[in-house]
Amino acid sequence: MKLDVNGQVHDIASEPDTPLLYVLRDELHLNGAKYGCGLGQCGACTVLADGEAIFSCVTPVSALGGRRITTLEGLGTAARPGAVQRAFIEEQAAQCGFCIPGMIVRAEALLRAHPDPTEAQIRTALQPHLCRCGTHMRILKAVRRAAKA
Amino acid sequence: MTKVRAGMTKVVAGMTAALIVAGCASTEARAPKVAAPKPPQDKALLARGEALSALGNCRTCHTRPDGKSYAGGVPFKTAFGTVYSTNITPDVESGIGAWTETDFIRAMREGVDRGGHNLYPVFPYDHFTHVTDEDDRAIYAYLMSRTPVKAPHPHNELVFPVNIRASLGVWKKLYFKPGPHHDDPARSRAYNRGAYLVEGLGHCGGCHTPRNAAGAEEPGRELDGGEAEGWHAYAINARSQAPVPWTEAQMTAYLKHGWQADHGVSRGPMAPVTDELGDVPEEDLRAIATYLVTLMGSHAAQHAPAAAQDTSSEAATIYAGACAQCHDGTQPLPFGGIALPHSIGVSGESPRDLFNVILYGLPAAEGEAAPMMPAFEGAFDDRQLTQLAAWLRVRFSGREPWTEAQLEHELREARRKGGEGARYPAGGNAIDPAKGSSRP
Repeated sequence: MKLDVNGQVHDIASEPDTPLLYVLRDELHLNGAKYGCGLGQCGACTVLADGEAIFSCVTPVSALGGRRITTLEGLGTAARPGAVQRAFIEEQAAQCGFCIPGMIVRAEALLRAHPDPTEAQIRTALQPHLCRCGTHMRILKAVRRAAKA
Repeated sequence: MTKVRAGMTKVVAGMTAALIVAGCASTEARAPKVAAPKPPQDKALLARGEALSALGNCRTCHTRPDGKSYAGGVPFKTAFGTVYSTNITPDVESGIGAWTETDFIRAMREGVDRGGHNLYPVFPYDHFTHVTDEDDRAIYAYLMSRTPVKAPHPHNELVFPVNIRASLGVWKKLYFKPGPHHDDPARSRAYNRGAYLVEGLGHCGGCHTPRNAAGAEEPGRELDGGEAEGWHAYAINARSQAPVPWTEAQMTAYLKHGWQADHGVSRGPMAPVTDELGDVPEEDLRAIATYLVTLMGSHAAQHAPAAAQDTSSEAATIYAGACAQCHDGTQPLPFGGIALPHSIGVSGESPRDLFNVILYGLPAAEGEAAPMMPAFEGAFDDRQLTQLAAWLRVRFSGREPWTEAQLEHELREARRKGGEGARYPAGGNAIDPAKGSSRP
């Protein structure tokens, strides 16, 4: 099958029921999305499908043939970070950083749908994401900063 | 569609006629009384009132998600506009602090406010009319013992003529049958107690009975299955589609603990109900179970699931990649996913709740252990979702397949309004991983 990731179309060799996350990391070597729980319960694997946030660890790749996938790498580079990435850097929102790719991608989805979100919308949107270091307040500040950028 | 519109026209015409006679239709008004009530002291009475309030699930409709208990203001979207629940704390100005016990009993019995104006039947007085004066007194005492909250009532947003309360006189004439509950002398005490609670205070029919175009529960179709906040409320009578027939012990455990090993977790708008029932005396829950299980009768056990369903289709691949790792039946409830042959979502008459849980998942509870399921709203398109539901139905229920039109309609409705009712953590705070596993 073919899969559109960050604007590039790839030929995929994995089995159809392989979770998208494994394809991204093992086949395409895009390591931004992280393996956390493997059950869609922690949010570290979050990517965008046509702009909507999905858990790549529980979504079989074959279901996404016609969709445009955007990963963390699609939002900017280390040299030229995107607006949300920049806000997370400026607020120093990462400690261990494992959950942050999912948080950034989820914030990107939120801001595309609601450019000026309320505090409640931000908190509800980030609800499916776990962070065990405890940078929650900085993460919230980063999303508010990105909304103002 | 045509039928519904014809029905609505009838109702509107009826209500317009009601307006003409509105002057003589309204119930007698009572003189205002403004003294703040004295908090009642009788502890046993308050405890009974608290349990009864939980059985009536007053809190869920009368408390905003971020608001104080019983302070009201929850919007209810009806076909006729939006009605907001009232503040039933003893605040004199914005709550029911100025209400006498007689006013309260009259509201429950007759569906009128303190001034004698008709109440909107979103307040289920069609059921509460069956509640005894004794129970009403205990509920009144309990509510009056709450901390008063100043929370003025938002303005209802209703269409003409429903926005004029007097127009409800016609609705009540047609659909409201006031009066006490009558025991069936041929039945047990537990059955009669259960019937009293289910048909009265518990107002199970408010969600589990289908409604007509005028928003009234359809006479003769009690507990046949209805709708709540965009969710299908399953039939809980002889038409029950439960894949495993309920026993009294199972249902008592489910109502008390928010889950049961053979039937799953309560979710959607049922979750706050089991949440409230967690602290109700078990005897009352067993009575409810006695009554409902008797109504269900010995309906046929699960049909044998269809022989091997094709495993090469896209739906089968989605099941393998997205569903199976939690729902293959190897992980115990309440935190593992239910084995799908036991799922009412798959075997019930409507695929609505299957779509609701796939689209919106079961949200994580704040600061509580609760079952959760990821939301797949962004992951699959409509075609994939309807094919998945159809495949699961054939593979795991062995029941008649859902039609394509039904699948498309129910998915559209789930997308349109199911998200609201998906906000409740499954099982509510009553979820107790150590319990609910009682087997007969």
